[in-house]
Amino acid sequence: MSATTKAQQHHDFLTGNADFEVRSLDAVCLNESELKHPWWYNFKYMITGILFGILLIKAEVISWFRIQEMFRLQSFHMYGVIGSAVVVGIISVWIIKKFHIKTIYGEPIEFVTRKLNKGNVIGGLLFGFGWALTGACPGPLFAQIGTGATATIITLLSAIAGTWTYGVLRDKLPH
Amino acid sequence: MIEWLRQPWPWYVAGPVIGLMVPVLLIIGNKSFGISSSLRHICAACLPSKAPFFNYEWKNEIWNLFLVGGILLGGIIAGQWLSSPDAVQINPKLAAELSSYGISNYNNLVPAELFTWPALLSAKGLILMAGGGFLVGFGTRYAGGCTSGHSIMGLSTLQLPSLVATCCFMAGGFIVANLILPLILKL
Repeated sequence: MSATTKAQQHHDFLTGNADFEVRSLDAVCLNESELKHPWWYNFKYMITGILFGILLIKAEVISWFRIQEMFRLQSFHMYGVIGSAVVVGIISVWIIKKFHIKTIYGEPIEFVTRKLNKGNVIGGLLFGFGWALTGACPGPLFAQIGTGATATIITLLSAIAGTWTYGVLRDKLPH
Repeated sequence: MIEWLRQPWPWYVAGPVIGLMVPVLLIIGNKSFGISSSLRHICAACLPSKAPFFNYEWKNEIWNLFLVGGILLGGIIAGQWLSSPDAVQINPKLAAELSSYGISNYNNLVPAELFTWPALLSAKGLILMAGGGFLVGFGTRYAGGCTSGHSIMGLSTLQLPSLVATCCFMAGGFIVANLILPLILKL
């Protein structure tokens, strides 16, 4: 099969998928593999997560204190971390697109783009409020619990409750 | 080696490696880097709701739960074997401000005075943990992503909604950290 038809086929799979419509609501991250693998293939994501968790802690980006410094412009650290991560991300995505790099299973990689909506602003501000209070975004919550800050379990459960509340109220909120 | 690993890593090491999460997840399984969706999958999997928002095949997204499970394990590993013996070095201005609220323990990632089980019984602890957590969960989903989904994955793919969301994250954080948090810490 030629590269173009394979890419088209993957595009049709992504967008013609019955679940796609529901799941693509309010999610910037959307790629999906057509391949069906046994569940234990997911351990590769767990290993990636372990490395990411160690990284978050060693870079102190999940420190409540670092987040407070960031929001008071008292330290360059967080800006350096996020900024350099974005630069590496942009270059990586550019290389993937430019050279049509495929997954290790030979599947084409397609990026689904999103449209701007009011939620990006309202939700973004609300998350910013929460970030300054808890000093953590969702990833760090899991890592903080791992380091032994067990009370953060309450923060995580509240975040799950927040997501659930959003899901239930979604149709009544401006988008 | 272990000695070096135990030091806090500088931004120019940690940042680029975090950025590499984007191509790694794409190449090992066509996945977009994002964490906040895991909260939604947990809702879809564990909490009963007729809301159409949670009515999808969460089992197809189980990779994301493995990822956050890994982050939790990474936290345990780093906390047990790679932690730095020294307290977090913070800006003296922040230290001065925080000490006026009785926060002086910098040994953990979160202030021991605010984020502990007993602190949950105080008004400020409850607001910070339960209130802040709720805003994180509600806000990230409403915004369509969090720092990883929007600020890293979304900006890497040059998406306007992600740029707007990232600016709003920062704006919200600046407002609360400078204007609201001091009021809460005085409680």
